[in-house]
Amino acid sequence: MNSLMLVPPFLPLMLGALAAILLRGWLRNAIMLVTPFIGALNLMGFEHGLFWTYEFMGYALEPVRIDKLSLMFGYLFHLASFIAIVYALHIKDTVQHVAGLAYAASAVGAVFAGDLLTLFVFWELLALTSVFLVWARRTNRAYSSGFRYLIIQVLSGVMLLAGLLIFAQVTGSLRFDDIGLEHGGIAQIGAWLIFFAFGIKCAFPFVHNWLTDAYPEATPTGTIFLASFTTKVAVYAFARGFAGEEILVWIGVTMACFPIFFAVIENDLRRVLAYSLINQIGFMIVGIGIGTAIALNGAVAHAFNDVIFKGLLMMTMGAVLHMTGKINGSELGGLYKSMPKTTILCMVGAASISAFPLFSGFVSKSMIMSAAVAEGYDVVWLLLLFAAAGVFHHAGIKIPYFAFFAHDSGIRTTEPPTNMLIAMTIAAVLCVIFGTFPQQTVYALLPWDANYEPYDITHVLTQLQLLFFSALAFVWLNLRNMYPPELPSTNLDADWFYRKLAPAFLKRFACAVYGVYTKFEESVIALIKRAVQNSYDAEAGQPKGYFAKLWPTETMVVWVAVLLAGYLIIYFF
Amino acid sequence: MTEHEPSGFFDKPENVSKLLKVFYVICAVLVAADFAVHRHIYHDWEKIPAFYAIYGFVGCVILVIIAKEMRKFLMRGEDYYDE
Repeated sequence: MNSLMLVPPFLPLMLGALAAILLRGWLRNAIMLVTPFIGALNLMGFEHGLFWTYEFMGYALEPVRIDKLSLMFGYLFHLASFIAIVYALHIKDTVQHVAGLAYAASAVGAVFAGDLLTLFVFWELLALTSVFLVWARRTNRAYSSGFRYLIIQVLSGVMLLAGLLIFAQVTGSLRFDDIGLEHGGIAQIGAWLIFFAFGIKCAFPFVHNWLTDAYPEATPTGTIFLASFTTKVAVYAFARGFAGEEILVWIGVTMACFPIFFAVIENDLRRVLAYSLINQIGFMIVGIGIGTAIALNGAVAHAFNDVIFKGLLMMTMGAVLHMTGKINGSELGGLYKSMPKTTILCMVGAASISAFPLFSGFVSKSMIMSAAVAEGYDVVWLLLLFAAAGVFHHAGIKIPYFAFFAHDSGIRTTEPPTNMLIAMTIAAVLCVIFGTFPQQTVYALLPWDANYEPYDITHVLTQLQLLFFSALAFVWLNLRNMYPPELPSTNLDADWFYRKLAPAFLKRFACAVYGVYTKFEESVIALIKRAVQNSYDAEAGQPKGYFAKLWPTETMVVWVAVLLAGYLIIYFF
Repeated sequence: MTEHEPSGFFDKPENVSKLLKVFYVICAVLVAADFAVHRHIYHDWEKIPAFYAIYGFVGCVILVIIAKEMRKFLMRGEDYYDE
């Protein structure tokens, strides 16, 4: 293809978003469906390299950098946006369509950004466009949740900006390549600021609650977009900027392990999936931290697979929410009778996230685990194994079980709209194809050179043992009534600090300040009153002061005399 | 609920117990395979017979027990943040 015909990769999706503002009905749907294809075709036309470079205030900007890593995420985001668009076709809400497409465009722009300033622009656009998918739910909860989401996302952007300014000052270049954490002087601060900016978007422990807070409050269709882009852009950014930083291994393994405990006791099934999203990102972050070719390949391959299978699971739960208006495990159950197709699709997603052989999670997850063993991270490997069993437990079994089986909730509904079913079917088929024919599909796109053969008897057998005995644990606990029942509840997490503690503290502080202020005001008023009262003789019916007893003309004569005397004195000097 | 709804597959306890039996057999076969098949060993712990099966089962039971304990001090009412 002639390179003159090419446009910046984010542009087709952004133009699609603009078209969605103006168009309505079938024309809008047609344009939205075609947009990701045009975008992907446009990508195919690019050779590796830098495009549209220009100078800005003495710095070289590289808004479009094409290489294997950015291309892989670029194709992924076009695929994900297509599935999410199909899933959302039935709704008439312009806000959601426009926000969804613009959000996807921002994600594409971010992964092709060759310099930190361009990255920052798309980084902020990701936040600004996606928050409308939360607000589009139009509930009070979604409204306040969206605000918390936006504040935290913008904070991440501000940190990125601060970090990149320091970096540009020290190194004289804005180029976004390996950043690393080993620097001297002030560049060290810049590197850590960028690291934390990425970390917030990646849902690092203690800054992860924007995800579990906002994603389950978004619309059923909006969550599909949300689960696909923000965190994956952050994973890409880490793979580009901080590959091989050992601290990431430990952060990642924490992310893989702690959310599964919350997922087991969480009632809102989309929030369960939000916790499991953090758990899956944990695997990717471990892979990036290990930093060998096979680990990095495993990390980005897992990101690719995760978008599809997590999207599929989110879509099935979105379908349940859309059809029944309920999403709490305590209110659902027995839906397999009225939604058999959705049930099967959900189970495909569950098998994929649990890494069953022949499903997409299997290959990418075992790449990361093998890399952990090969590099001598024994404890990490054991913890990841535990996390892998835990994923099956909460996402693989709990989600389908409490939504579609368990006790019959009495809810009778129908399958979701056809477009939703089609979107879920596409994702489910992809899960099986990526899992069964890895070499011909996702793994042909992998950026680093490394050979890995997932389908040997050892991997298949050990993985099946792990999964079946995790399931056995679920069966055993259930039969003995030891499994924690689904309860309508809120579980405290790190967001308690800024949703309860900080407001309570601020309230008390504000009350104290206000109390001091009112006391001060009262005492001043009392002082003035006393002064007024002391200057008036109530019995005599006249003021106490000497001048107050005189006529105003007499008082004035006195003051004129004083003034003239003063003037005379000044004149002599 | 409709009056003459055909009862679902999982409404019958005999179906459930049949499925569970199949499941138990698969689990047993997987453990038996561990002795028949020569696995590659990458880590010393993998030498333990049926290591993955034991680890998966024990791991999940511990996971659930800890999560249940967490409820005691983390669980609040549904409207906790809305109050």
